[in-house]
Amino acid sequence: MPLGISCCAIEMMAFAGPRFDVSRFGAEVFRFSPRQSDLLIVAGTVTYKMAKVVRKIYDQMPDPKWVISMGVCASSGGMYRSYSVVQGIDQFVPVDVYVAGCPPRPDSVLKALMEIQKKISRGNHPGQVGGKVSPEFDHEKILIE
Amino acid sequence: MAASAEDKKPKTQSAANVSQILKALEDRDTNVVLEDPLENYMVLNMGPQHPATHGVLRLLVKLDGETVVDCIPELGYLHRGYEKIAEACTYHEFIPHTDRLDYISPLANNVAYALAVEKIAGVEAPPRAQYIRVISAELARISSHLMAIGAMAMDVGAMTVFLWSFREREKLYDVFDLFTGVRFTTSYTRIGGVAQDMDDKAVQAIRKFIDEFPKNLSEMGRMLNKNRIFLDRTVGVGAINADDAVEIGLSGPNIRACGIDYDLRTFSPYLVYDQLSFDVVTEKDGDCFARYMVRMREMEESSKLVRQALENMPVGPVKADLPKRVLPDKERVYTKMEEMIHDFVIVNDGVHPPAGDAYVAIEGSKGELGFYIISDGSGAPWRLKIRSPSFCNLQALPLLLKGQMISDVVAIIGSIDPIMGEADK
Amino acid sequence: MKEEVESRLRSSLGDAIVSVDEFNEQVSIEIKRDRITDVCKILKEELGFNYLSDLCGADMLNYDDASARKAYLAIEHEHRPHQVPNEERFLVVYQLTSLKDKSGDSDLGKRLRLKVKVDGDNPVCPSITSVFKSANWYEREAFDMFGIEFEGHPDMRRMYMPEEYEYYPLRKDFPLMGVPGSIPLPRR
Repeated sequence: MPLGISCCAIEMMAFAGPRFDVSRFGAEVFRFSPRQSDLLIVAGTVTYKMAKVVRKIYDQMPDPKWVISMGVCASSGGMYRSYSVVQGIDQFVPVDVYVAGCPPRPDSVLKALMEIQKKISRGNHPGQVGGKVSPEFDHEKILIE
Repeated sequence: MAASAEDKKPKTQSAANVSQILKALEDRDTNVVLEDPLENYMVLNMGPQHPATHGVLRLLVKLDGETVVDCIPELGYLHRGYEKIAEACTYHEFIPHTDRLDYISPLANNVAYALAVEKIAGVEAPPRAQYIRVISAELARISSHLMAIGAMAMDVGAMTVFLWSFREREKLYDVFDLFTGVRFTTSYTRIGGVAQDMDDKAVQAIRKFIDEFPKNLSEMGRMLNKNRIFLDRTVGVGAINADDAVEIGLSGPNIRACGIDYDLRTFSPYLVYDQLSFDVVTEKDGDCFARYMVRMREMEESSKLVRQALENMPVGPVKADLPKRVLPDKERVYTKMEEMIHDFVIVNDGVHPPAGDAYVAIEGSKGELGFYIISDGSGAPWRLKIRSPSFCNLQALPLLLKGQMISDVVAIIGSIDPIMGEADK
Repeated sequence: MKEEVESRLRSSLGDAIVSVDEFNEQVSIEIKRDRITDVCKILKEELGFNYLSDLCGADMLNYDDASARKAYLAIEHEHRPHQVPNEERFLVVYQLTSLKDKSGDSDLGKRLRLKVKVDGDNPVCPSITSVFKSANWYEREAFDMFGIEFEGHPDMRRMYMPEEYEYYPLRKDFPLMGVPGSIPLPRR
């Protein structure tokens, strides 16, 4: 589910657009409702006012769910060291893949999507049918540059 | 937190009601009883995360059945504190921040900021740099209008036009890549000129794009201009008359669609617009369809401007020759002593313009994009105010939505074309 | 050019003007705080400045333009340090545009800047929403960022920060990173 907040949303639209086509990877459908989606892509700067909303959307997604934090603003606050920007969404939402870049090229986001697909195929996520929770794979965080 | 909200006395009755409504909507387990006539109407929250509000705009809409009675926009979900950050960095360090203001036409914001700082510092860019800035501003305008039309068409239901306009935008990204080095958030202008020159390959690419563009644009126009569904959804919807538009502070394509020809490129010409010939596009009706037509025709005018600028561009340096104010070229920094010292001081301390203030506005793609800078003579601005057109255009939203249906809300927001990175600063 | 503009303004506005300034072909006038609404009305109706481009606040605490007198590499000249007094701490700046005047290239007949000085301890300023409707949101933003209250504003509440926020971010004594814990984050 795309949570396009600021400039990274434009690169996310390009990533869904005709050139870097995301439907080749099986992820064509962008559902705008959290209740029907598995993957949350947080794209853009998250401010303190918006943090409550992001957390609410994350809570509304059913298990199993994965989160991609796209762009440096979502991963670590980015170039905005100021009073109203949260310095990284992993303070309140568990993240699986971080994508660096300001904004990241759509190719990097495609690689992040492929990493998520690999992670899912390993089958270790709690809530997945037939999955087991194993300590060394569960909390693996990946950084795409 | 809740205790302090109740301790503060609200200023007016309407402010008290809004606070209660906002609290009730955020906190799931609260029941609120209001003595206000709101009980007879439904309050719908088109929240910050919504596929059709362009960015994080929150609208509280008071509905009578399906007709909108009133609406309260709430901003601030993307407030990043730009003006406070500006007071802490030097003039050059703020240039990448200006890219992210109106993030679908970043080159235009760079040009506006550079003009404002140059006005205070008393620096003028050489002619070739001015022509390059005109070309970048007009290409950024084309890119922004393409996005606006694509998003509006997608909101109204025409998904094909969105994909076509994105194809054109990808071509533009390739062009930007050739002469600035970056696809998207370029930080291309510098105080006193532009960062690097445009070589022949870039000029050929721009020419190729401009030659192919009118055909693609007319294809998109053929899809929408006489389409029964599109016309039914946009003609007569969200109309505003000229006096109200001036009173509420609209600018850009929105005010030109009401018949007032306020275009800063002709009102107070900046860069080299007085030497290029183009028409100011206006329409009479002031509704969504008029705003759409203004944007389509403005893209044709922009391509005319780019063609003229490419033909008339003189040969010469792209940065002004004022060593104490302008960053010198990199080859000379690495080989000569004085340039290295100047580079060091300008990067660390900043350009030191004289003390004073200036307000410079350009015609950005959404309207009047202005910077008001108060300088105290040091390397960082004392106060930098960004007059963002989207903020001022959104102020007209309650006026435009009164009496419309709930499904027109989406079309009207799309036609005003707000960008929240700019509106929230 | 400046004298012509100045004489026209003085004849209409009279004693509300405190001083007239020009910097790089842009004219700014300082107006007495209590007369700002009348001045805006006169400018809009008689002199044709019918569009409000911008309204902002500024905090002039410790504003010292001494660094302008210093030479480039920090060699000190003798300067008299001047501090802005607390009664004039905040500045409210109005940018007016005249849409009807299309002649000429420079900004002199078309744009005007008005400045009003506001007290630091009790920042109150009359609102001009009765004259220009577009001043509504600008004044709310000035209130949110600086704490300047505008008398007669129909809807004085915060614009960007959440409603319960207790500080005014753009004041000079507020740190860039903010006060930690002033807005709560949801738990992980």
